[in-house]
Amino acid sequence: MTSDYETKIKSRSGIERGLETGFYWSAKILAFAIAAILIWITIQVAREAFPAMREFGLGFLTSSSWNPVESNYGIVPAIYGTLVSSFIALLISVPIGLGVAIFLSEDYLPPTIQRIIVFLVELLAAVPSVVYGLWGIFVLIPFLKNISPLTGPGMLPAALILSVMILPTIAAISRDAIINVPGGLRQAAVGLGATRWEAILQIVLPAASSGIIGGIMLALGRALGETMAVTMLIGNANKVDFSVFAPSNTVSSLLANQFAEASGLQVAALMYAALILFAITLAVNVLAQLLVTRIQKI
Amino acid sequence: MTSEFFPNQSNMNFDPASLKKNPSSPRTLFGLFMSGVAGLFTLMAVVPLFIILTYLLQKGISSLRWQVFTELPPPPLVPGGGFGNAILGTVIMVGIGALISVPIGVMAAIYLSEFSEGKLADWIRFATNVLSGVPSIIIGVFAYSTIVLNTKTYSAWAGGFALAILMLPIIVRTTDEALKLVPQEVRQASIGVGANNYQTVLQVVLPAAIPAIITGVTLAVARAAGETAPLLFTALFTQYWPSWDNNLAEPTASLAVLVYNFAIVPFKNQQELAWAAAFILVVLVLLTSIISRIATSKRTY
Repeated sequence: MTSDYETKIKSRSGIERGLETGFYWSAKILAFAIAAILIWITIQVAREAFPAMREFGLGFLTSSSWNPVESNYGIVPAIYGTLVSSFIALLISVPIGLGVAIFLSEDYLPPTIQRIIVFLVELLAAVPSVVYGLWGIFVLIPFLKNISPLTGPGMLPAALILSVMILPTIAAISRDAIINVPGGLRQAAVGLGATRWEAILQIVLPAASSGIIGGIMLALGRALGETMAVTMLIGNANKVDFSVFAPSNTVSSLLANQFAEASGLQVAALMYAALILFAITLAVNVLAQLLVTRIQKI
Repeated sequence: MTSEFFPNQSNMNFDPASLKKNPSSPRTLFGLFMSGVAGLFTLMAVVPLFIILTYLLQKGISSLRWQVFTELPPPPLVPGGGFGNAILGTVIMVGIGALISVPIGVMAAIYLSEFSEGKLADWIRFATNVLSGVPSIIIGVFAYSTIVLNTKTYSAWAGGFALAILMLPIIVRTTDEALKLVPQEVRQASIGVGANNYQTVLQVVLPAAIPAIITGVTLAVARAAGETAPLLFTALFTQYWPSWDNNLAEPTASLAVLVYNFAIVPFKNQQELAWAAAFILVVLVLLTSIISRIATSKRTY
């Protein structure tokens, strides 16, 4: 009997075993390729930026001229525009996004309608950024000109469009964080006599805070790197102007505008700017990821 | 018995009426106010979508004619024309992007969900998330320096390569999620009847996850079709049809870059084409989003 089985069950053929290990290793190598791409991007951009780094050093970060004729480059106005536009966008979209997250995680609406609204808010993130830019040029800017001292493209329309674009990120991740707060916490609060909003503000939001902050940082990362809509609306003036109605510039719009026509040291300077933007967004994103993955472990 | 637990009950200044909800107490009013604010904010979040969609519908449909799908972009102030070359260019570049990113992304996700051991997989998932946060313009810069500088020409290949990097994290993440939804018992059953790991993955697990993977890929394709920044200086733009004689190693038009180029010029006829192209892009994105939503709500297991 035993010998009968032994003859019938053959060990796997060499080809089969080869396929098995081959499949395993190709999957493994391709998975590592993703991490490798991240490193590759860093090295490549840094290498191209090297001539500019040698030429300008850290002075690049403190100079505000961008003069291809005299080969004089500095990034202060672009950094200023990037930070200010993102900051204004956050100022608008954080309260609204949190409001949406709370409204859509409570029982104000029947679940079906809730799901539809969640989907609609997500769709905002799916609209291509160049379409936001187009809409901004032909609808938002003319509208703002009528009601404010704005005279053309500038910081305000760019920041407003940015706030619409990052709203879904904040709303969706905050909602996830709020929904993931254990129900017992809220029940305990209500049991002690808290009203709905007392429970939300004092119990639920603090418990969900790491996820919410992570979502805000992800949105910040998106706002800092957003290119097309901002390039089309901000006016691309390479100077620091503290008025929100004045045209400004961001690192990404600098790249979008000048890269195709640049040559020599200007390319290196643009690569240097790209490297700085990459470093900032990378830091923001890594922090955000660490915070967001923490909610899944509560 | 009761008096043991509630001594001096009769002496307590307790008014049962205070347990009732007081409609004019500051706490109630505050709650009502905050609910109103949250509802208002939700309305404010949805309104921009509808405003943008209405404008796109109005302006986009009125500029849509049959010629836009077949003809070349017109010079300034010349009526007529279309963006057939941009549609073809977008299809080619997104196709190249998908051809590169789908095999890599799916295999990477298979490793993550089927073969990986703990910490390492977490790190790769982390890297995937970080990669999806890299600004698309940086990916354009990267593709420029790796491909355009080395081949000394703008090309559809460089554009497709940039789009592939953008699509990769989306594909990895959706495939990873899809594979995780396949129950463990299915794998055990497959191993139990004597299948190898690769047989289990390719013949049992992947087929079960295929609908979700395809929706992930469609979503990635729709996103990539709307991306402009990575194409600006990798594929550039051209007024002409993509040429196969050159093996696509020349500037290539795309819908997204066309919208950008024609939005910032003062010529009415080109602006109208920009609206038409934007309309097509948004319809593409909306359709894929809605279809994927419907498709993922059905599960094999």
